Amino acid sequence: MSSITQPVGGHGHGHDEHAHHPTGIMRWVTTTNHKDIGTLYLWFSFTMFIVGGIMALTIRAELFEPGMQILAPERFNQMTTLHGLIMIFGALMPGAVGFANWMIPMQIGAPDMAFARMNNWSFWLLPPAAILLVLSLFVPGGAAETGWTLYPPLSIQSGMGMDLTIFAIHIMGASSIMGSINIITTILNLRAPGMTLMKMPVFCWAWLITAYLLIAVMPVLAGAVTMLLTDRHFGTSFFNAAGGGDPVLFQHVFWFFGHPEVYIIILPAFGIISEVIPAFSRKPVFGYASMVYALSAIAILSFLVWAHHMFTTGLPAAGILFYMYATMLIAVPTGVKVFNWLATMWKGSISLEAPMMFALGFLFLFTTGGFTGLILAIQPVDVQFQDTYYVVAHFHYVMVAGTLFAFFAGIYYWLPKWSGKMYNETVAQWHFWLSFIFFNVTFFPMHFLGLAGMPRRVPDYAQQFTDWNQVATIGAFGFGLSQLVFLYAVVSAIRSGKPAPAKPWDGATSLEWTLPSPAPYHSFETPPVVK
Amino acid sequence: MVGNQERSTRALRAPSKYSARWLAAALCAGLLAAPGVATAAWEWNFQPAATPIAQQITHLHELIFWICVVIFVGVFGTMFYTLIKHRKSVGHQAVQFHENTTVEIVWTVIPFLILLFMAWPATKVVLAMHDTSAPDMTIKVTGYQWKWGYDYVQEGFGYYSTLSTSFDQIQNRAPKDEHYLLEVDNPLVVPVDAKVRVLVTAADVIHSWWVPAFGVKQDAIPGFVRDTWFKADKVGIYRGQCAELCGKEHGFMPVVVEVKSKEDYAKWLAEQKKKVAAAADDPNKVWDLKDLLARGRQVFDGNCAACHQPNGTGNAAIGAPPLVGDKVVLGPRQHQIDVVLNGQTNGVVATGGAGGKMPSWKQLSDVEIASVISYTRNTWGNKAAEDIVQPSEVKAGRK
Ligand code: HEC
Ligand SMILES: [Cu+2]
Repeated sequence: MSSITQPVGGHGHGHDEHAHHPTGIMRWVTTTNHKDIGTLYLWFSFTMFIVGGIMALTIRAELFEPGMQILAPERFNQMTTLHGLIMIFGALMPGAVGFANWMIPMQIGAPDMAFARMNNWSFWLLPPAAILLVLSLFVPGGAAETGWTLYPPLSIQSGMGMDLTIFAIHIMGASSIMGSINIITTILNLRAPGMTLMKMPVFCWAWLITAYLLIAVMPVLAGAVTMLLTDRHFGTSFFNAAGGGDPVLFQHVFWFFGHPEVYIIILPAFGIISEVIPAFSRKPVFGYASMVYALSAIAILSFLVWAHHMFTTGLPAAGILFYMYATMLIAVPTGVKVFNWLATMWKGSISLEAPMMFALGFLFLFTTGGFTGLILAIQPVDVQFQDTYYVVAHFHYVMVAGTLFAFFAGIYYWLPKWSGKMYNETVAQWHFWLSFIFFNVTFFPMHFLGLAGMPRRVPDYAQQFTDWNQVATIGAFGFGLSQLVFLYAVVSAIRSGKPAPAKPWDGATSLEWTLPSPAPYHSFETPPVVK
Repeated sequence: MVGNQERSTRALRAPSKYSARWLAAALCAGLLAAPGVATAAWEWNFQPAATPIAQQITHLHELIFWICVVIFVGVFGTMFYTLIKHRKSVGHQAVQFHENTTVEIVWTVIPFLILLFMAWPATKVVLAMHDTSAPDMTIKVTGYQWKWGYDYVQEGFGYYSTLSTSFDQIQNRAPKDEHYLLEVDNPLVVPVDAKVRVLVTAADVIHSWWVPAFGVKQDAIPGFVRDTWFKADKVGIYRGQCAELCGKEHGFMPVVVEVKSKEDYAKWLAEQKKKVAAAADDPNKVWDLKDLLARGRQVFDGNCAACHQPNGTGNAAIGAPPLVGDKVVLGPRQHQIDVVLNGQTNGVVATGGAGGKMPSWKQLSDVEIASVISYTRNTWGNKAAEDIVQPSEVKAGRK
């Protein structure tokens, strides 16, 4: 703590630079500033996290006991669909873009993002998409009830909620692509003199690679859902066997997008963790080059493994073996990253402020999720686990304890720079421990449910699954409520936190810490020179 | 008891070598205070294997699980060591190193070798699971929304298998019985120690036919036939579920397989064939109201109640209209035969909801259709002028 209570350098710097900008709501609607837009993205992400979270709690409440209690089965399916779509496209992806907006210009020594107006546009596309998704609950027939994977022919049967979902996905895809173009251009063109690619912070590398992944796969998803749309309304038969199509084709196309998508969600998180761990170990990141190579290897392999999501569709043995081996191979670069993080901590001078706690929580739980991923890669074992709660446990370990925990780490780490205020360490530690414990209470039992044979996406279950479901439901409500502590930690810091020094973390080294806190409206008006 | 999948039996059985026991025990201990869990079953491992493949899968899982545990302990042992020893608060000074090529190569190559070690046994099981050659018998499984069809291809007969748990249990109006949601009217019946090849397909959307104790899960894809196989080595009843989201009743289409001894199976087969022969004459038999109603209620609860509700009040959310007082149900029977046989789309708009899609029921037998129509015409206060439909009329209605 001593390191963070130093006298204040640049606070009070204020926002007077933008006095010529509109104020009030119009400031946010018309803003082209990377910080304002980053803030919008982060608050949007948090809002969606709450909406998706409420849906998750509704699901968990229904599953507290066998029998149907609060939701009709079709409503239950709509909840699982929207929970998935909202968390992935509404909470996790925009959250990561929020970090990119705030941090990339500051970390590479640029004044702002390369395409400031497009930046505004890519954010403001998101709220309409979110509204379409939520609105779909209220149209005749309700929201899509296919799960976020939208498999036909089930998705051909759905009502107009499916069409709204398809349009929402189109819009969000356009937003992601614009965001990615912006990020790539910014990183490739606006780096300060001397900031070579191999001197960039790992966070920027992670986002550069993520942005390429996004550009490669979002159009594929758009294509898949467009084919769904034409099958639904314009008489095509891409996915209809009776018309010469193939329902499994959709799965191939969807997962060609969907597998890179999971790395799109995790790579920025890797980036954040690679900033936080060195800072709190007071040592440079170990194996910088191998970190970058590992990120790239993961990105390339992510295009070669999609059919491991389809291990029970009846692929030929040769296909299964190929996808099984390729999937197992991903463990190598992922392992390299984990080892590098450990080696970064090794013989460091470690302190355990909230960002570091979340980074350690990430490391511990993400690795657990990685191991279950390896187990799922073994096709014969996956035959037992496919579409069970084991899979649900696995991907919540990598996406919640992985990405979300990394976001928390990043928010506590950078909040002083963003707001010019320190958060309250005690509150943040509470937030960590409550989240960590309740996360495990919620999701660890799901491994057992999967092992014992409970399918996912069912509104009701046989009695032998009752016990672990009750534990999971209790955990889920605990986890949900713990996030109110997070909200309190952030809001109280912004409103009444102690002023933050320019560099509250003595081990932090990247460029953003050379700026005053809060960072000036236009990050680097004159580019810094990096030796 | 032999090979029986009953929950109670398994709970009583002395635990075998469970792979995750310690993790579970630790977690249980921490959570026993949770309400309503005192009489728990706390199921947390694979169902006991009933086929050689399931056995191999279980072993494979144990092998890989333990390798992961060992690596996990190594990695996080190191992490906790460094967290304790290399803390700023204990005065540790950071040593500023940031790469070491040898170490980096070592920890790239060793995981690779471990993966090879895992891949070898996994490959063997993959190949074994794909060997559908030389079966003793073949069964075709068809997924429907929301039931399974089983066709004994060589014997020339087949039947449907539908959830038999009552709506009252699902709606919490009656106590749930032991096999709540895992019970069906007609289970699939197979002989023990016979290699059964299963051809899996679907009629509407994708389903997935899953029997955990057999290590078999195969997606049922409309328009395509996939195959898989099993060879059960223990007599008993095995329970699984549809494993691919297939619409609103996805959670309510269990798979139940009864493995009989060779003799019992032969007896059962003979009976089935007799029944099939008897049923063949049925369409011309004239049924009376009582028989039709009894049969009709079964058919309705098994096929129609999912949408129209057990009491015929319909479900506006999916556009299924109430059948109580419905003009089609009370109107001329010829029209209703047509609607039920061929389905109907957007013909009516359910009150407070949308028009929907009523599926075609061609796959039901003439007797089933005649009885379910007669049933809807004479229950819930409905009293149609043309009250009875005979199987022969349905037969005539199929073109
Ligand atoms: C998948 C849900 C579903 C199932 C299962 C289902 N129905 Fe329907 N049914 C509907 C829908 C939706 C409609 C309205 C169709 C329309 O709008 O044209 C309908 C309409 C009808 C009608 C005509 C009502 C009218 O006024 O036009 C009858 C009669 C009927 N169903 C009987 C049955 C019977 C008998 C069964 C069981 C064999 C059955 N349904 C099973 C969804 C279903
Ligand atoms: Cu199904």
